[in-house]
Amino acid sequence: MLDVSVSYNRYKFIGHEFLTWLWFVMENQPDTIPSAAPSVGTVALQIGNRIVFERRIGNDALESVVIQGDDAGLEEGMLALKKGALVTEINLVLRVGEWRWQFTLQGESLHLKQIKLPETGPVETPDDVEGAVLERMALFETITHTVDGLFRQFVLDRTSDNWMSVTLPRLKAWISR
Amino acid sequence: MGLLTGSGSLTRYKVDGKIDGNVIETVRKGLSRHVIQDIDGEPKEKSVGWTSFHTPYSPDFGGSRFLVGSYLVFGLRIDKKTIPAKLVKKRLEFLSAKRLAETGRRFLTRDEKSMIREQVLHSLSVKIPATPNCYDVVWEHEKEMVHFFSTMKTANEELETLFKTTFRRSLIRLFPFTAAELTAGLSDTQKDRLHELTPKPL
Repeated sequence: MLDVSVSYNRYKFIGHEFLTWLWFVMENQPDTIPSAAPSVGTVALQIGNRIVFERRIGNDALESVVIQGDDAGLEEGMLALKKGALVTEINLVLRVGEWRWQFTLQGESLHLKQIKLPETGPVETPDDVEGAVLERMALFETITHTVDGLFRQFVLDRTSDNWMSVTLPRLKAWISR
Repeated sequence: MGLLTGSGSLTRYKVDGKIDGNVIETVRKGLSRHVIQDIDGEPKEKSVGWTSFHTPYSPDFGGSRFLVGSYLVFGLRIDKKTIPAKLVKKRLEFLSAKRLAETGRRFLTRDEKSMIREQVLHSLSVKIPATPNCYDVVWEHEKEMVHFFSTMKTANEELETLFKTTFRRSLIRLFPFTAAELTAGLSDTQKDRLHELTPKPL
């Protein structure tokens, strides 16, 4: 196993490629998302209210594009991809039936931030705490199982011949259309 | 910001190995041994330790209250005193002037200045109460996973250090490379390819 800080920095592009691939999958192959985390049920995933792109210019400079707002158009995002940027952070809305989760996923760290779970009952007495912990953990796991499943799907593809022969050409075609 | 609050942040870890023998007893002993120490009224500026999820300001690991279903649920508490810089400056100037008046000299030596500074920091840190910050920790022992409800760098580093000291197990933070290598179910050939990956322009 490589040193943690070395592997974090050397391979953080994997997280950025993952988020870019995820946007591609949400746009073009949404039917494949539920199969990534079968334990969760029928998941629907869409972009929430924020997406961040970064493009390295030379060795030191970084150009960032931030698109935010509930109904923001993503044309500038596509333009950023055309210029060679990747998605570095994305806010996602996840739905299972009537239930709704919203969270931000960071590419380089896989940190989950600003997590909003579906409404749960109030904790009014100390006896309620145990039930609330179990309920909330199950709700957090809906997010983590989905993200893990999608990341696994991406990594298996990225480390196979399929990436160069099928996925990468499709991604390029989507970006350049 | 945590497990039961409306909105939270999450960092996930793989635990490097399971605990042998009686898990609950080992965890209870570890948490008790490294429980947060109160530093109010003492010259220490920072204290880091475990606390109870249920009662973070009066930690109690008696029985197995930290066991919720199959989860081990507890807290990391970081108590820190923040001494205002302007207050330090004011006290330094006051004590330096007093020292000059007592000795009848116009300048203080470097050692005297350093001694006065230590004296000021010591007296202020005794008087100023520590601000506690609590972060929820959920350990799934069977799955060798820890969920830490913060993404703050300093809190994560304190968690990694204290966990290792307490349980003699390392926490491996799950970011793209470690998640791919440890949790994605890659074959040896795919792991070799993972190591060789380089950024590909899209």
